[in-house]
Amino acid sequence: MFNKTTGIVTGIVSNLVTVKTNGPVAENELCYITLDGTPLLAEVIKIKGDLASVQIFESSRGLKNGDPVEFEGKMLEATLGPGLLSSVYDGLQNNLTTMSGVFLKRGEYTAPLDHEKLWDYTPLAKPGDKVIAADWLGEVKEGWLPHKIMVPFTFEGEYRVKSIVPPGQYNVDKVIAVLVNEAGEDVEVTMTQRWPVKVAIKAYREKPRPEKIMETGVRCIDTCNPIAEGGTGFIPGPFGCGKTVLQHAIARQGEADVIVMAACGERANEVVEIFTEFPELIDPYTGRKLMERTTIICNTSNMPVAAREASVYTAMTICEYYRAMGLRCLLLADSTSRWAQALREMSNRMEELPGADAFPVDISAIISNFYARAGMVILNNGEKGAVTFIGTVSPAGGNLKEPVTESTRKAARCFYGLEQNRADQKRYPAVNPIESYSKYLEYPEIIAYLDSQMGQGWVEKVAKSKNLLRRGREAYEQINILGDDGVPVNYHVDFWKSELIDFTFLQQDAFDPVDAVCSMERQKYMLNLLLDICDRDLEFDDFEKCRDWFKELINDLRQMNYVEFHSDAFKQYEAKLSKLLEQHDK
Amino acid sequence: MTNKAYQKIYTKLDAITKATVSLRAAGVANDELAVVHGRLAQVVKTKNETITLQVFSGTEGIPTNAEVTFLGAPPTLKTSDQLAGRFFNAYGQPIDGGPEVEGEEREIGGPSVNPYKRRQPSQLIPTGIAGIDLNNTIVSGQKIPFFADPDQPYNQVMADVALRADVDKIILGGMGLSNDDYLFFRQAFEGAGALERIISFVNTTEDPPVERLLVPDMALTAAEYFAVDKNEKVLVLLTDMTLYADALSIVSIRMDQIPSKDSMPGSLYSDLAKIYEKAVQMPDGGSITIIAVTTLNDGDITHAIPDNTGYITEGQLFLRADSDSGKIIIDPFRSLSRLKQLVQNKKTREDHSQVMNAGVRLYADAQNAKTKLENGFDLSDYDRRCLAYAKEYATRLLSIDVNITITEMLDTAWELFGKYFSKAETGIKQSFIDTYWKGN
Repeated sequence: MFNKTTGIVTGIVSNLVTVKTNGPVAENELCYITLDGTPLLAEVIKIKGDLASVQIFESSRGLKNGDPVEFEGKMLEATLGPGLLSSVYDGLQNNLTTMSGVFLKRGEYTAPLDHEKLWDYTPLAKPGDKVIAADWLGEVKEGWLPHKIMVPFTFEGEYRVKSIVPPGQYNVDKVIAVLVNEAGEDVEVTMTQRWPVKVAIKAYREKPRPEKIMETGVRCIDTCNPIAEGGTGFIPGPFGCGKTVLQHAIARQGEADVIVMAACGERANEVVEIFTEFPELIDPYTGRKLMERTTIICNTSNMPVAAREASVYTAMTICEYYRAMGLRCLLLADSTSRWAQALREMSNRMEELPGADAFPVDISAIISNFYARAGMVILNNGEKGAVTFIGTVSPAGGNLKEPVTESTRKAARCFYGLEQNRADQKRYPAVNPIESYSKYLEYPEIIAYLDSQMGQGWVEKVAKSKNLLRRGREAYEQINILGDDGVPVNYHVDFWKSELIDFTFLQQDAFDPVDAVCSMERQKYMLNLLLDICDRDLEFDDFEKCRDWFKELINDLRQMNYVEFHSDAFKQYEAKLSKLLEQHDK
Repeated sequence: MTNKAYQKIYTKLDAITKATVSLRAAGVANDELAVVHGRLAQVVKTKNETITLQVFSGTEGIPTNAEVTFLGAPPTLKTSDQLAGRFFNAYGQPIDGGPEVEGEEREIGGPSVNPYKRRQPSQLIPTGIAGIDLNNTIVSGQKIPFFADPDQPYNQVMADVALRADVDKIILGGMGLSNDDYLFFRQAFEGAGALERIISFVNTTEDPPVERLLVPDMALTAAEYFAVDKNEKVLVLLTDMTLYADALSIVSIRMDQIPSKDSMPGSLYSDLAKIYEKAVQMPDGGSITIIAVTTLNDGDITHAIPDNTGYITEGQLFLRADSDSGKIIIDPFRSLSRLKQLVQNKKTREDHSQVMNAGVRLYADAQNAKTKLENGFDLSDYDRRCLAYAKEYATRLLSIDVNITITEMLDTAWELFGKYFSKAETGIKQSFIDTYWKGN
C-alpha cells in the first residue's frame, strides 16, 4: 500500500478551498477534508506548486485553516451494476432514498447499489472463451430489461474465462467469473464495476452515423425536426416557455429502453413531479411502469454547486454503461446552463481570466466534448446500442447570442428553439417552427428510413409544410403593414393555411391524455391531410369568409386531436371535415 | 449568540473596504460571526493567516486598531412558538419592545431538504384575485414572485394575498422596506386581527443595506421551524428581492470578484436559488410557500435579477397598469404559475384549464385588434367583439381588486364568452361547451 498524500487547508472562499499538500496530487483527484471529525468530499481542480485548489461538494461552513485533508488517488467514479434503474441519486451518485433525516446532512454518503438484493443470474460466457473489456459474461433481469454483466471497461488487453458461476441468485458483490489476463494472472469479476465519470467509455467497435429516428410522440419534433437514435439536440428558451414540460413529455414518451434524467441546478419540485408520477405512469412501448426504465440524477439548484458539474457526467456514464449492453438510452439534462454557471463560479473564485460573460474560456470545448459522448455504437459482438442526448439551455435574458447557447449550437445536431412570443400566445409547445432545425433531415440514411416508415417523399412533405408556415408569416407581416383590406385575399389564405398547420399540428396539449402522445401513424395521417387541404384551390370572396371558414376547420381538427385515432368520435370529425371542404367547393 | 468563555481580542486590522475588513487571526471558521468595533460581521474568506470579514452595517468610522472578537458560530435564530406575533430586525432581535424570544438556537441558512423527502404540492391557495386563481393558480409549497415596477402597489397586493390565504403562519421578510411600507404591513396585519399568526423580520431603508443579506435566511429559518417541526402551512413574503441582490453585488464587488451580467456576482443564480428552494411541501402536511417581490426597471425582465429569478421560481406574477380598464391588472401573457396544473381541474372545476386558455387566447386576439386600431386599419366585426370582451375581461377578472371564488370566476368567463363569441371561436372542448355554455 502506497502512502496517501495528505495536506492542510490554507484558504477558503465559499466552496473553493486551497490545500497545502505534502506529496503528488492529480488533476480531478478526489480528497476528503475533515471538519470536526466528518470527512467531506472535494475534487482537485487546479494545482500550483504544493498548493491544490479543490472544490468541495458540500457547504464549507465551519471549515478552518489547518483542517486535515487526505487525497484518494482516484477520480470521481460511478458505481455501475444492476439496480441503477428506478434509483434517485444526487450528483455524486449517493442514493437519496436511503438517506436518513429530512434535511441533507453534510458528509452523509450512501451506497449507489443495494448490496443485499439478490438477482437472477444466467451466464452468457463459458470457460475458455476469449474476452475483452465490455464483453458480456452474464445477464440478470433488471425489471424487464436484460442487464448484462460485462468484463469491466477498465480491463486492458485480452482475457480468458477461467471459471464462471452457474445460474442462481446472487448479490451485486458476488464474484461471477474469474478471468486470466495475458500475464497468466487470475482476476475476479463481480456484478459491479467502477468508472471515472469524466472519461468517455469507448469499449465498442465503431460509432457509425445514426440511421433511424427516435420517436417522442411530440409532433413538432418527430415530424418537423426529428432527432435520431443516438443523436443530440438542445432546447434553449427563456423561462416560462415550457422547456420543462417539453422535456418531461420526451421523458415519458421517448422511444428508449433506459431514460436517465439529470436535474442539474433546477427546481426540486420538478424532480418531485418525476418520482411522484413516473411510478404510476405506463411506458407506452412496453406497458411497464415508467419508473422501471428511469434513473434520476438530481442536483437541484439549492444543492452544493460543485456537484452540479459532476451530475451530468454521472448521468452520461450510466447511459454509456447501458449502451454497452446493446440498449437504447436517452439522456435528458436540465439545464446545461446551470452546469456552465457552476464552472463560471469556480473560475471566478480562482481569479482566472474570464471569457465572454465571465464564463471560462474553454466552455465551448467542454460542452462539445460532452455532446460527443452521445451516439449510436456497434458493440464488439455486433449488437447496436445508442445514447441520445437532449440538453436544455437557459439563456440569460432569453438572448440566444450568449456563450452557452452558441457553444451548444456548434455541438448539437438538433435545435428546438423555444420562443417567448409563442409562449405568450399559449401556442404550446412553443418551439419556433421556422428557426428550429434537425440536421438529421439531411442524412441520406435518415431520409431513406423515413421514406420506408412514413411513405416516399416524406422529407419533402415536411419541407413543404415548413414553407407554408414561412409564407404564412410573410403574409401576416404584409397584412399587419397594409391592413386586412389592403392586401389581396390570397394573402389571407396563405396566412390561414399557416395558422391551420400551427393550431392543429404544431400545437399539442401535453396535459390531455389523448393529444399528449401522437403516434407516427397519426402524424403521417395528419400531415398528409393538412397538405391535401392546403393544396386545394382555395378561393374566397373576402377575407372575413376566409377567416370564418378556416376557423371552423381549425376547431374541427383540434377537437379531432382530443379523441382516439380512428375512434367513432374521430370518424364524426372526419365526416364534418369533408362537409366543410365540400361546402367550400360549392 | 453564544459567547465563548475565553475570547481572544484582536486589535489590528490590515485592510478596510466599505463592506469588509481583513486581519490576521487563527482558528477561525468559515461563515463564523465576529464583532468588529461593536458591529456584527461574518467570515467570508480565509487565506493563510488573513481572515476577511463582511461587516453588515458598513465600515464607516472603523479604525485600524478596532477590537475584533470571534463568536465561534454562524448567525443563529432562537426558534420557538414565542416567535409568533413578533417583529424583529435582520439579526433576529426584537424591535417591537417585547422580550427576547426563548427557544432552540438554530443556524440560519441551514441545509436543504432531501428532494426525495419532499412531496408534490397539491393544495390550492385561493386568493380571490382572478388574475391569480383563474389564470395562475398558486399551490402550497410553491415559490412565485411579483414582477412589478416600483410605482405599482405590489406590497398592498401581497398583503391582500397573505391575509386571504388559508395558512397557519405568515412570515414577512422585509428588505429595504420604506418606513411607510413597514408601517403599512403592520397596520394591515393588525387591522385584520391576524397579528398572532404573523412574524416579521424587517430591514428598512434606514438600516445598512448589507444587513439585508440576513433577512431571507432569518425568515426561512423561522418558517422551517413552523413547517417542519410543527407541520404548519407557512406563507413567507419576501419584499424586495431586487434590493437583496443589490446588497449581494455590493459585497462581491468589494471583494474584488469578477462580476458577470449587470454587475451581479457570478453566483447570483445559486444565491437566489438557496433562498427560493426553501419552499417545500412536507409529507406531514407542513409547507413553506414563498411569495416574493422583484422590482423591475421599467418592465425589463432581461436584467440579471428578474432573469435569474424567473429560472428559479415556479412562475411569476406580472403587474401592469391597463389603460383600457383603468385598473392595475395581473398581465395574463407574462404571468405564469408553473404548478397550476397540479390543482386545476382536480381541486377546481373540470373546465378550469380550458376556460383559462380560451380566455387568454381571446384576450391576445384583442391585443392584435388593438394594434390594428393603433395603425389606423379598419376593424372587423370579430376585432370589435374582441376589444369589447377585453375591456370587460380586464375589469371583471384581471384586475387586482377582484375578490370572488374560483367557481364565480369560471362562471364570469363563460358569461363573457357567451356574450361576445360563438362556440367555435372559443375553441373549447365540445363536452364543456355542452355543459357550461351561457347564451346562444
